[in-house]
Amino acid sequence: MLELKLHQLDFPLLSLMIFIPVLGSFLLLFIRNAAVVRWVALAFSVVEIGLCLPLLLNFDSSIPHMQFGENLPWIAAWNINYTLGVDGISILFVALSALLTTISIMVSWTAIQDRVREFMIAVLFLEAAMIGVFVSLDLFLFYIFWEAMLIPMYLLIGIWGGPNRLYAAIKFFLYTLVGSVLMLVGIIAIYGTTNTFDVLKIMNHPFSYSFQLWVFAAFFTAFAVKVPMFPVHTWLPDAHVEAPTAGSIILAGVLIKMGAYGFLRFSMPFFPDATIAWTPWIMTLSVIAIIYGAYMAFAQTDFKKLIAYSSVSHMGFVTLGLFALNSQGLEGGIIQMLNHGVSTGALFLAVGVIYERTHTRLIADYGGIASRVPVYATFLLIITLSSIGLPGTNGFIGEFVILLGAFLHYKPYAIVASLGIILGAGYMLWLYQRIALGKITNPHNEHLADMNMREVAAALPLVALVFVIGLYPNAAFNVMHVSVSNLIQHMHAKVQSAPAVAQTVTTLLGN
Amino acid sequence: MPSMYQQFLQTSLPILPELILCIVALTVLLIDLFLDKGQKYLLGWYSLGGIVVAAVVSYALMGMNGQFFEGTILLDPFALFFKFVFYVACGLGILLSINYLQIEDINRGEYYALMLFATCGMMLMASAGDLITLYLGLELMALSVYVLAGSKKQDTRSNEAAIKYLVLGAFSSGIMLYGMSLLYGLAGTTNLNGILVFLRTADLTNPVIFLAMSMLIVSFGFKVAAVPFHMWVPDVYEGAPTSVTAFMSAGPKVAGFAVLLRLFLHTLAPLQAHSTMILAGLAVLTMAVGNILALSQTNIKRMLAYSSIAHAGYALVGLAAGGPDGAASVMLYVCIYAVMNMGAFGVVIMLRKAGEKGEDIMDFAGLGKTNKTAAFLMLIFMFSLTGIPLFAGFMGKFFIFKAAVHAKLIWLAVVGVLFSAISAYFYLRIIMIMYMYEPKGAIELTTSPSLALALAISVTFVIVIGVYPTDLLNYARASISGIM
Repeated sequence: MLELKLHQLDFPLLSLMIFIPVLGSFLLLFIRNAAVVRWVALAFSVVEIGLCLPLLLNFDSSIPHMQFGENLPWIAAWNINYTLGVDGISILFVALSALLTTISIMVSWTAIQDRVREFMIAVLFLEAAMIGVFVSLDLFLFYIFWEAMLIPMYLLIGIWGGPNRLYAAIKFFLYTLVGSVLMLVGIIAIYGTTNTFDVLKIMNHPFSYSFQLWVFAAFFTAFAVKVPMFPVHTWLPDAHVEAPTAGSIILAGVLIKMGAYGFLRFSMPFFPDATIAWTPWIMTLSVIAIIYGAYMAFAQTDFKKLIAYSSVSHMGFVTLGLFALNSQGLEGGIIQMLNHGVSTGALFLAVGVIYERTHTRLIADYGGIASRVPVYATFLLIITLSSIGLPGTNGFIGEFVILLGAFLHYKPYAIVASLGIILGAGYMLWLYQRIALGKITNPHNEHLADMNMREVAAALPLVALVFVIGLYPNAAFNVMHVSVSNLIQHMHAKVQSAPAVAQTVTTLLGN
Repeated sequence: MPSMYQQFLQTSLPILPELILCIVALTVLLIDLFLDKGQKYLLGWYSLGGIVVAAVVSYALMGMNGQFFEGTILLDPFALFFKFVFYVACGLGILLSINYLQIEDINRGEYYALMLFATCGMMLMASAGDLITLYLGLELMALSVYVLAGSKKQDTRSNEAAIKYLVLGAFSSGIMLYGMSLLYGLAGTTNLNGILVFLRTADLTNPVIFLAMSMLIVSFGFKVAAVPFHMWVPDVYEGAPTSVTAFMSAGPKVAGFAVLLRLFLHTLAPLQAHSTMILAGLAVLTMAVGNILALSQTNIKRMLAYSSIAHAGYALVGLAAGGPDGAASVMLYVCIYAVMNMGAFGVVIMLRKAGEKGEDIMDFAGLGKTNKTAAFLMLIFMFSLTGIPLFAGFMGKFFIFKAAVHAKLIWLAVVGVLFSAISAYFYLRIIMIMYMYEPKGAIELTTSPSLALALAISVTFVIVIGVYPTDLLNYARASISGIM
């Protein structure tokens, strides 16, 4: 079974990754000059990326163990510990968080002029909390990071957001909080039966079937709101549209992945029986999200809102893959989470770049800008194609593998879901056409300036990832493969304790 | 032969801290006569010194555990824990008052004396081993706070607050006495241990026992502002001087919980089958009314009044859960609540300056731009009151709900967390107004060393306990031995 493998390096790398951004935001408190603030924040986020290198290089992807483990007693009376560790799944998200934070800081360079220091503090603080969420192996610690994350995100949307930011910020906060507090009751209930918050111990604890059903539901509310799944997705379009570019990138790139990560890390290994029982419902909701999100995307006149609804659709693919519960589906779902982080992050970056010049997000205000801003148009095209899932780009790999997994056991769902890909191609290409192609329709865009070096530098890593994952997906699959098979084996072994559902499970997990 | 002095010291040792506070209070009244109007602030620092001395004596008494004065005074770890909370509440209350009283022009010596007397009353409540001592302590506290609430003599709102509090308070005292007399009639003793012994063998179906218990719940429900005995809270909190409101929301409420804990987990423990559901019901009502009515308030003091009702609801959840876990969680919670709530009131006081009340929540507009430190402090207190992690409020709520789940009151925990999520709306509204609205004009804040000290203490506490509650939690758990 899973165990915590202590770090091979001489220093607590994961703690360092959590506390470096905290240190950064603390230092920023004492800096008044906005220009210096930007550079310091950037430096800290780059150091964070630098720390990912020893993490990735020393990670042993041939074993399923939690690595770089750290374990310190925290609140001994209740058996609460400060336990950290990464496996082949979480390590990818740690890297993604570090990358997208740096990109967010770069795109905010000139876009944020008001209260720069506070902005950068919030971004760095958010980074620390995000990494904390992905590396915590103690439910209590996880919950702390999970909710602490709300504070900077709420402030990012509420202070630096668009005109309707107040509504969006409070809606985001309340939706997520209601889901989270129910999970908190679930966490306490788990402690009540197992007497521990240790994730690895809980994974090996057999829970009764009815307990599983209820607590799965409690966790599900938290994760479903975060993903977001239909019908609790309504905060997402508002939050995305109103958030500043950096907020949108982090929100789309990392935050909404946490819901799906929660399913993988907690719901599935803790409650395999309940997972099986809930699967038909979740699959149905996923397919609805795919089609509904795409359908709504067609109707949008706002650039950002269109991308927000496309996120709902794409995250539907992710949950569809995860709950197919086979290795293709799970690995496809995970890689699609990374892809969506890259592609949607890049799309929001694209919106941010153009919005900074024109101060409008209405699609109708653009048209034919490719002739004025060729670099920008090329960037947008690459990302559009990646989002559609053109072979050779990352999007293709994700959707293909997910559908492969879903086809094995859920043919009808997979067939309907594949319609979502066609719709996706429709609204994305139509978007590109309306923005970039044809003649200039808006005279204001006659003298549009193309992307500058800073913006290109921010976009470049994302474009590179589009092709790296698209052409050599094994780079990511290799890292996660052992961990994912271990998860499947674990569920397989644990679920047999409940003979009633074992039958279905064996067919489901099959091979 | 020990001298009389030594004898006195020996017998009075268990109540020495209370005696010190009384002596300091009386000397405050005396010194007051010799001070000019501009020098009254010295009395504040003098009273604070008294609190510190009393706290040191209490610290020295920490090893003691027993009954004194024929069982009327209990000096157990449980009582001592609460005494420390009262010292903190009173100390912060004094620090908040020193400059504020000058602005309000109610700078009189008796103010500090009354605060000390109230604190002394609360300490007696926590230490009471007998219904009579309990009642004495309660009245000493209540009478002092009635007067404090009305200390803005020229202000009709303050007068209204004092009268309202007095009339309703007297009414609840009457109900309490009735309940106590019933208990005495049944058990034949006013001693808490004696009553426990009686109840262990008594016929618990006797409706008179149930009636007595209900009356005690009603009267202490009034003191801790539980719904439906909360009607006085918004008006009194709004009308009283803000420093008194801050003190009232912390001290007497915590004292009420100290008594409730001792009564329901010790004296009336045999009645647990009856009391749990009543307390759980009260908790739900209190959380519901407090949180929902807070949503629509436009006056910050009224909002904090409803918020303090809601917080009594959370603490009642822990009380309903009962057991060592429940008791420890309530103790931790009221302690955290007292400090963070006084911190929030501290920021409200900063907005008060001559000629301007600064009580409307729109007065906070743009504070994030004009005064970053004040706004940031308020942000921390608001997130803490909401119960968002990294701040003490979360730890408090977490242990409350944990106790409830373990006592198989999962439904109660679910209701609690949902209301807690609702509360995010009105706490966050303050943050929104501070950071996301444009300032109406330059906001000048009143700051003073004493206010700054109070805020520094409370914010440090909120952050430190939010990250590392272990020691405080362990201390609370070790202190329940007296009532279990």
